[in-house]
Amino acid sequence: MVKKFNQLAYSNLDDFVYGSCPNPVTTKSGMVIGGGTVYPEINFTLPGMDINDTTIKKACTIYSNIIDGVLKRAAELYAPGVLVEFETVPDFTENPKYGIEVNRILLNSMKEASEKYGLKSAIRTTPNDLREFSRPPIMRHGKYWDTMLELFEQCAKDGSDFISIESTGGKEIHDGALVKADIRTAIFALGVLGVTDMEFLWKHLVGIAKANNCYPAGDSACGFANTAMVLAEKGFIPHVFAAVIRVAAVPRGLVAFEQGCVGPGKDCAYEGPYIKAITGLPIGMEGKSAAGAHLSPIGNIAAALADTWSNESIQQVKLLSEMAPVVAMEQLIYDCRLMNAATKKGQQVMFRDLLVDSDAALDVQAYVLRPDVVMRISAELVKTQDNFLRTKIAAKLTVQELKKAINEGIVKSDRRDMKWLDKMDKAIDSIPDDAGEFYEQMKSELDMTKFIPSEYGLK
Amino acid sequence: MATLNDVSQCVLDGELDEVKALVQQLIDAGIDPITIINDGLIAGMNIVAPLFKSGEMFVPEVMESADTMNEGMKLLKPLITDGDIPSKGKIIIGTVNGDLHDIGKNLLIMMMESRGYTVVDLGVDIKEEAFVAAVKEHKPDIVGMSSLLTTTMMKMDSTIKQLTKEGLRDQIKIIIGGAPITQEFAEDIGADGYSEDASTAVELCDRMMTA
Repeated sequence: MVKKFNQLAYSNLDDFVYGSCPNPVTTKSGMVIGGGTVYPEINFTLPGMDINDTTIKKACTIYSNIIDGVLKRAAELYAPGVLVEFETVPDFTENPKYGIEVNRILLNSMKEASEKYGLKSAIRTTPNDLREFSRPPIMRHGKYWDTMLELFEQCAKDGSDFISIESTGGKEIHDGALVKADIRTAIFALGVLGVTDMEFLWKHLVGIAKANNCYPAGDSACGFANTAMVLAEKGFIPHVFAAVIRVAAVPRGLVAFEQGCVGPGKDCAYEGPYIKAITGLPIGMEGKSAAGAHLSPIGNIAAALADTWSNESIQQVKLLSEMAPVVAMEQLIYDCRLMNAATKKGQQVMFRDLLVDSDAALDVQAYVLRPDVVMRISAELVKTQDNFLRTKIAAKLTVQELKKAINEGIVKSDRRDMKWLDKMDKAIDSIPDDAGEFYEQMKSELDMTKFIPSEYGLK
Repeated sequence: MATLNDVSQCVLDGELDEVKALVQQLIDAGIDPITIINDGLIAGMNIVAPLFKSGEMFVPEVMESADTMNEGMKLLKPLITDGDIPSKGKIIIGTVNGDLHDIGKNLLIMMMESRGYTVVDLGVDIKEEAFVAAVKEHKPDIVGMSSLLTTTMMKMDSTIKQLTKEGLRDQIKIIIGGAPITQEFAEDIGADGYSEDASTAVELCDRMMTA
């Protein structure tokens, strides 16, 4: 049964805040995510090493050391609870036995930390989407599909609280659109290919989760909008283009929730605020405390609506004080303490607005995450149930919002931004409202060697 | 009458349709095709490169310039032999085994080609033996490897070891790049160079080819 979102989950902007949402989710350990408290979400990865049958034992030891270290630090600093994200490395998904083994190590350590320290914790297991290992990608069957589902299923059976993924349907076309700053092709990739794949993929993942007492949490447009953000930060593409891609990725992400995801949305899904506005479900976010993983121009504003606050990822390397994941845990806990203290004092909206105001005027990518902008655009998106049309509308409305903001001087802009916004505006207007008609138009423009239409149910 | 400067400007502006007419005018006027390539098309790209480096041009604009150059080349190639086409050198590029990330690699390829290099794109998830086979087949000046993951970066090390074992290491320069890669790592595994992005990688190759 597909859920429909035809109205916003919020009617008052002041209710749209971090730490709480209309539809919180409770973990097996009793953490209520979105129930008033922001929880730290810690993620970590291996240092540079090969993964194979010879080295997996060493990898397991490293993961064991990491999880013991971060949970100990969480207990020392009285964290109200910790969400652990186990985002696998590709070898762990290609060889599910590796991923399953590490997931069990993490679960076991979490259980021990509960007994030893009384620490509440939950785990989000995030296998890789390896389907693009086949070129062009095979999306609906084959060994990569099989191993991915095997890992999801066993980890859910073993006790994972949440499953997530950064899925890649349509990325094979979107990558080219990004470097060309081609909004028509990007909208096709997100709104036709991405949406279609999300429907197919999440139908399966929700089924696995429900059969195994596990929550389907959500997806991320990481390979789409975060790639755009990184390219923009390097000066390769206009910031306004990355900002439009961010919002255009919302309908794709929403599909997971239509299929039954309950949150928390994935941390690197910066489109999360829109998902929260529309679904009323909790979201993970990451920003300034993910600086160990990547640069972003949205370090504070990303926290404004967060229900879990993440570090994205960090390698197990030694810093002056401690191993890096332990350091990340400490930083996240202090960030969350501050937000939660503001809530207790009734200053949640003020604190949210400080987080917003400290970033929103400095970069167009931050501007589109302003809660009022999120609410305005989301209110239009719920007026249709067609996710392709939503993608087109999201792009169009974002262009309009940014033009207005730049003209009014309320967001910093590059002298070339208006030219690019005009170019996008014109290109978006050339897109028909019907996905099938758009596909027919796009056939002559697409590199048909890069994707297989039938893998998306297209002819 | 079109001039070589007009062709250069056309490349800089990414005027895809206009370049064909201009190049054809120069051909009809009896200008040596190699001169049109060097002093018209490539001269235009030589203006593009520093503008991109200084942040005054975006990649899509550079790509339009590169496409414009290639459009002009299409008219000129039939008029010259393959050996006459100027090339600054040959490079083979691939993302290492187990890794799928290729946007950075693809940007580098575009920039290398537009700067006059001959590029062989091996693709993603390239095993050590495939790099070895490609070096034997294409005899490149430079081998470029890319990796975005901490768990695949060591494949660069094993690829270099394999190239060494096959007796090919001394015939090539090796450059590496990707998010987890550092200069120190490059030195540790015996690569000849590291670059943090596509733009500086082109300069690195230029230095290697003139050394």
